[in-house]
Order: sequence, then C-alpha cells, then structure tokens
Amino acid sequence: MDLLGYGAFFLTTALIFSLVTLGLNLQWGLTGLFNVGLAGFVAIGAYTSALLTTPDDAARLGGFGLPILVGWLGAMAVGGIAAALTGMATLRLRSDYLAITTFGVAVVVQLVALNAQGLTGGPFGIGFIPRPFGSLAETPLLFNLSNLAVVSAVTLVAYLALEHLSRSPWGRVLKALREDERAAISLGKSARFYRVQAFAVGGAIMALAGALQAHFTGFIAPDNYLPILTFQVWVMLIVGGSGSNVGAVVGSILVWAIWAGSGTLTSVLFPPEQQARAAALQIAAIGVMLCVILLIRPNGLFGDRPRRPWFGKRAKMVAGKSSSGP
Amino acid sequence: MSLQFIVDGLLTGSMIGLGAIGVTLTYSILRFSNFAHGDFMAWGTYATLAVVSAIGATFGKVAPIGPLSFGWPLIVALIIGMAFTALLALLLDKVLFARLRSQGQAIIVVMASFGASMALRSLLEFTFTSRPTYFSRAIQIAMPVGFGIRITPDQIALLLLTAVLVLGVHLLMTRTQTGRSMQALSQNAALARIVGIDVASVVRVTWIIGGALACVAGVMIGILVQIRPFMGFDMLLPMFAAAILGGIGSIPGAVLGGLIIGLAEAGAVQLIGAEWRAAVSFIILMAVLFVRPIGLFGVRER
Repeated sequence: MDLLGYGAFFLTTALIFSLVTLGLNLQWGLTGLFNVGLAGFVAIGAYTSALLTTPDDAARLGGFGLPILVGWLGAMAVGGIAAALTGMATLRLRSDYLAITTFGVAVVVQLVALNAQGLTGGPFGIGFIPRPFGSLAETPLLFNLSNLAVVSAVTLVAYLALEHLSRSPWGRVLKALREDERAAISLGKSARFYRVQAFAVGGAIMALAGALQAHFTGFIAPDNYLPILTFQVWVMLIVGGSGSNVGAVVGSILVWAIWAGSGTLTSVLFPPEQQARAAALQIAAIGVMLCVILLIRPNGLFGDRPRRPWFGKRAKMVAGKSSSGP
Repeated sequence: MSLQFIVDGLLTGSMIGLGAIGVTLTYSILRFSNFAHGDFMAWGTYATLAVVSAIGATFGKVAPIGPLSFGWPLIVALIIGMAFTALLALLLDKVLFARLRSQGQAIIVVMASFGASMALRSLLEFTFTSRPTYFSRAIQIAMPVGFGIRITPDQIALLLLTAVLVLGVHLLMTRTQTGRSMQALSQNAALARIVGIDVASVVRVTWIIGGALACVAGVMIGILVQIRPFMGFDMLLPMFAAAILGGIGSIPGAVLGGLIIGLAEAGAVQLIGAEWRAAVSFIILMAVLFVRPIGLFGVRER
C-alpha cells in the first residue's frame, strides 16, 4: 500500500516535470529556441496561481481566494505574456541573446520571489495553497491517486494538443524555420512572429506546470526555482530526444527516476554531515551525463531524425559559423 | 549620496570587465556564449587558494608586502592559478567544445557549456563545501582620499593590476600578429582561413587569455569579497551584460561595459538596497537589446 502511494507520488512529480519538458520541447525541439531560464517561467506560474487562489493574507497582496481552475488559467496567461515579452526583445537578434536573456529572467524572478515580500512572501514563500481533493488528505493513498489522475489528465491534454500543433500547418512552419530559415522566409513566413508565438505557448505550458506543482504540494518558496530545475529539465529533454513529445515524457520519467533513486542512495550511503557534498556530486554526475549524451547521442532516445546532414558539412566549411544569417 | 560608490563601482566593474573580456572573445571568435566562464573564475580562485596554502605550509608565514594584505605567495600563486585556469579552459575545449563545434551546431555548444558549468561548480562544492573562505582574514584600514571617499591599499593595487592587464590585452590584440589574426577570425572566419590563418592556434590563444583573466577576476573577488563555489556563476549575468553593452568582440567595450555596470550596481546598492543588485545588469541588458543591440563599440554582423 505504501509502495503504491509512493509510486503515485513519484509519478505525479515526474508528470509535472514532463509538462515542463513538453513546453521546452515546443520551444527548443520544434522551434530551436534556447531557454536557459525556464525555472523563472515555472516560478511565475506557481506564484501567479498561488496569489489568485490562496485565502486573503494581510501580509501580502491578495490572495484572492479564486477557484483553482482560475489560478491555472491565470498562470498560463501571465507565463505566456512574460515569455512573449522575452521573445519580442530578443528573437530578432542572434540565438545566443535569447539564451542570455532567459538566464537573466530566471535571475530576476528569483530576486523578486526573495525580496518582494509584499507580493511573494519573501524567502518563506507562500503556504496554504488550496489543493484539489484537499478533503481526502487524511487517506494519503486516495489523495495521491486522485492527484495523479488530475496531473495525468492535464499532461495528456497538453501532449495531445502539442502533437496536434506540431502536425498542423503552424507546426510545419516552425519546423521549416528551424531547418532552413532562409527558405521559410522566402515562402513569406515571418520568422520572428512565429517564434514569439511558439516561445509564448511554451512559456504558458511551463507556467501551468508550476501552478500544478504549487497546488500539489500546497507550499512554494524561492528555493524551488533555482537554476538546478532548469538543468534537470534540459537533461530530461536531451535524454528523451528533443523534437519528440513522447521523448519528452519518457525522458522526464526516466531522469526523475535516476535523480530520485540516486538521491535516496546517497542519503542511505552517506552520513548526514556529508549529505550536502554528496548532493553536489550527484549534480556533477548528471552534468557530465548531459555532456556525454550531447557528444555520443545528440538525438536522445526518441529524437527526430538526425538533423540537417548537409548542414554539418557546410558548417565545417564556414568554420562553425552556423548562424550566418543575413 | 556618498561618493564612495565610485570606488566600489570601479572595483566591481574591474572584476566584471576582466571576466567579460573572456566572454566577448569566446563569443566573437568561437561564436558561442560560454556559460562555463563564471566557473573558470571560481576554479582559478580555488586553485590560487590551494597554491597559497601549499606555499604557506612549505615556507611558513610570509610577511605581507608593505600595507597590502598579502605577500609574495599570493602573487606567485596567482600566476600559477592563471596557468591552471588557462589549461582547464583548453582541456574543456578539447574534450567537449571542439568536438561539438566540428559538428557545426552552435547552440548545442551553448547547452554543453551549461552542463559543464553545472558539473564544474558542483565539483567545487563537493571538494571544498559551499562554506565561504578567504585569502586573508586581516581587516585593512581604508584611507580617506577626499570627497568622503575611502580606499584600501589592496583596492588600489588591484585597480592598477586591472589597468595593466587591460592595456596589455589591448596591445596584444592591436599590435601583434596573433591579435590581428584573432580579429580577422572574428570578423570573417572563412576569409581568415583563406589567407592562411592558423585557426587552431587562434582558438588556443583565445582560451588562454579568457581563462587567465577569469582567474585574475576571481582572485580579485576572493581578496575583496569572499571565495565560494557560486562566486563565478553569480558573475555570469553581469559579464554577459557587459560584453553585450560594450559590443561583442571589443576588448575596450567589454571593460567599459563592466565599469558602467559596476558603477550602476554600486549606485543602486546605495539608492535602492543591496538585495536588488543583481537586477541592475538585467535592466541594462534589456535596455541595450532594445535600443542598440550591437552595443557601444560593436560592429554589425556579416
């Protein structure tokens, strides 16, 4: 019974990660937009939904006590707008600028979460976030299973929607832009417009995942959204294979299993005073794993067919100047 | 508002500027933004610290030079640390970046640098724990220099060192054949190859300069603030912002960008409060991207 409860809990967390990875797959896998600040967008979603749904609190703005569903929709809206603004600022420039800017977004969101006490509760975060099926909390198994059902349903909807999108004309334009920007532009597609859209939708999905997580745990704090989260999700997408939605989900579950498993292992093997160091070693090992996968199997488990074989040759000729656009 | 922020800003700006030189060089010559650059800083600092301790263990306590807080061991250790950091950068390029570069996907290299950054930082945390350490715990008396500004001997020495290093790199870039090859490669890689520039050696020099200067910037932070595994990672956003503000590829631009951001940060600390410091570089970065994405001294990409 305990095992089943833990299984449900594990799978719920893994599926929330899958949702973030699905958002990243839309941005990176499908469109080729590099987001190294996704923790910031997840945090935006979590805080938005928490502000909208928590009961009134004199110490900070809100909460407005609205239904959970409104919180989720609000999270998606704010996350999407934040991503759209980021995209508009940088997508007309070189791809690296987007990477640097998203990195900055995550830093600023972290600062706001820590320092704007009147909005985010500061370092102590926000508690008493309403949980779906909170009334079932006395029977943990039932509670975990019903949460799993909700999260699975949301992830499934997101998955089906993304699969549909990537096959739609809209998705084909994104792929075309990723594969050969100049050809796509010559067919009259505005590269920047489509990319901002894809980036915004991806950001909204990440924010929704943040909101789900907030309502699942009932408590959020700035520490949940450190750069390590960004890193985990990237490893999940690369392991699963960028460009594939199935890969995003499977990669998330697999990497989360490795992560949680090695975490349990270190907590058993190392004495309490060495835990922090062991955790650092765990992160280092995963970092090396990411680099190794990029070197030997850049397409991951379910990745798209090898990208642009002709492109590699041409890229060698122009000395790594791969983004030699006009 | 006290004018002390000028000294504080110039010092922070020097650290940012020295780091930004490496960022701007890798960006313009190797064409990727290196997220592991901050961790070169931290590794260089810990290496320097290790050599200082080793010298201390061998020669006993060494008296500091004049009014400074450190003696010759730190200077020797800094030079060894610079060499170590340069080697680390070369090694990382050989095992990771060069291979991915040859596959021709620039953005994959950025992601690999992100993974390498995480691994490098966590290894430091594993080896040295996340507790801050210091080169010296001695407290220096700051001398008043007028207008309500105070400065310590260490700070003067480090400002001078920065000026000498920046001048040196600038001369290297403009007056030597190596420097001209680097500029040629950053302006037009294909053409540079055609005229027979040895790309591999230019890439090596880029990593050596970037790594060595990152180590100096890190040691400056170590002397004036503290040494932590995250010290370099926290400098990443200011360094990128400085490189973009100055214009990618421009050494004077990177240094000037660093100084502007350092001064703005120090001013913001006085006016708004220290907790918002990290937001300053983001605001400057966004302003540059909206108003003048090529930066102060940048050239339009070809």
